[in-house]
Amino acid sequence: MTAAPKHAPKMAELSLADRLGPWMPVLLVPALVLLGALAIPETSSWLTLTVSGLAMGMMIFIMASGLTLVFGLMDVINFGHGAFVSIGAFVGVTVLLLLGQMTGAPSLGLNLVALMLAVIGAMAATGLVGWAFEKVIVMPVYGHHLKQILVTMGGLIVVEQLIIVLWGPEEIYIARPESLKGAITFAGAALEKYRLVAVVVGLVVFVAMRFVLRRTKVGLIVRAGVQNGEMVQALGYRLRRVFVGVFIAGSALAGLGGVMWGLYQEVITAHMGNDAMILIFIVVIIGGLGSVEGCFIGALLVGLLQNYVAYLEPKAALISNIALMVAILMWRPMGMIPVVKAK
Amino acid sequence: MSDPILRLEGVYTNIAQYHILQGVDLEVPRGQVTMLLGRNGVGKTTTLRTVIGHWRARQGRILFDGEDITALPTPAIARSGVGFVPEDMGIFSDLTVEENMVLAAASGPIDSARLEWIFTAFPPLKTFWKSEAGNLSGGQKQMLSIARAMVEERKLYLIDEPTKGLAPAIVSTMARALKELKAQGASILLVEQNFAVARALGDTANVMDDGRVIWSGAMAELSGDAGLQERLMGLSLEAH
Repeated sequence: MTAAPKHAPKMAELSLADRLGPWMPVLLVPALVLLGALAIPETSSWLTLTVSGLAMGMMIFIMASGLTLVFGLMDVINFGHGAFVSIGAFVGVTVLLLLGQMTGAPSLGLNLVALMLAVIGAMAATGLVGWAFEKVIVMPVYGHHLKQILVTMGGLIVVEQLIIVLWGPEEIYIARPESLKGAITFAGAALEKYRLVAVVVGLVVFVAMRFVLRRTKVGLIVRAGVQNGEMVQALGYRLRRVFVGVFIAGSALAGLGGVMWGLYQEVITAHMGNDAMILIFIVVIIGGLGSVEGCFIGALLVGLLQNYVAYLEPKAALISNIALMVAILMWRPMGMIPVVKAK
Repeated sequence: MSDPILRLEGVYTNIAQYHILQGVDLEVPRGQVTMLLGRNGVGKTTTLRTVIGHWRARQGRILFDGEDITALPTPAIARSGVGFVPEDMGIFSDLTVEENMVLAAASGPIDSARLEWIFTAFPPLKTFWKSEAGNLSGGQKQMLSIARAMVEERKLYLIDEPTKGLAPAIVSTMARALKELKAQGASILLVEQNFAVARALGDTANVMDDGRVIWSGAMAELSGDAGLQERLMGLSLEAH
């Protein structure tokens, strides 16, 4: 009998196509921006639309990031996620209305303090509601997708009605803080200050999420839990606690997104979260369920495309995001950055 | 004889409407490799998954190191000193080899001497340390799966078919690593279909059939009696 061959693994050099493969979705964003530049001849209009699209994308990302993690980690389809967007908006706007003197003062410092307090209030409230929502509504239906859809949708309706009871059925108009009104001019384009702030906040949230997910043990547990929760538990980690933490964080982020979305539109309604869910689901699906990076890229694509198409062909704007979803899913049926799940 | 590290007393486990375990009685002596043998579908994997808490025992008791762990959640069982290597390896494909190992070291940073020992047993893990685990070959994934259990000292290792579907060269590597683990005094409950590996590693053996243990004894006794093997498992050493 001959001896078994020595096991000697070799590292093969990846081809250019293989190396570019994982980056293809990332390249879609600059490609879309470039396409926009070609389709929109006036540079100033293109620049304004691009900033607007990026701002919109960042806000959608903030609202959607928690949902994608919750789905990835515990296989929970939370149709009630929009409730946190609405609650965040109402609590945040209420704080801003109470701090009217600070938001109306022509002082950047005072305006930012008021905004920070509104954000803290909104995130604390939605985090708390998220904790209760998970315990009362989501926990009893783990592992049952149909029940999850029905129960979380019911939760969304209840929350919407509670908002109407507490704040009334009317739309509430909200003016942005004084320093965030108006626009700055750059290369002949008028860039709204608030949209620039939204881009910065979105980037900060994305970088912070990536840092936590990639550089900390908690992030490692979450990423592993998305793939194989059973094995994470067999390594000694209480995944249930991690999940509750992620649910609360995701709800709080939706609350932040709600405040930003409300100030972006300058009007809030009880069903604004429900309305936003269509865009949120699109970015979660095209990004790849459970993928924060995919969600980020998907949100930017949705924001940019909607703004470009609304400018070029307003009637087509309504279907542009659905068309984008169809195209992405035909290219990558599991989403742009699919998460490998153990079954 | 000292107390066994693990004892199952009349354990019954159902999966949905199927009654898989039907009164398993089993002991794993300390510092020994206990083989769990038997044909496919007799309940070997279910026994391991019931011990780690993935499936709940409907009846009976599971005592680990003298403590009743029957109703404990999986993380608590793992933290009490049980390492688990599942049949499907349970690798986190999107994580690097390094991240898989860091995650497995639940109580703190990886001990460097222990890591060197693991690299000696499984050299490819050092080569592919920064690579995504999903890109590893089947054999390398199995090495990672076992290395993950070995990264911290455990009181008991539950290992489910570590050589399943592997090339002979990798099987030898696995067997060598498990022998080293055994030499360090580890207690191992090992499910294995490869009888040659079972014979080389096992101190004691338990043969299962129809959801219960039908024979327990020394591995040497089982491996030395072709008739017994034929009767218990429908195989003979000539087949290996």
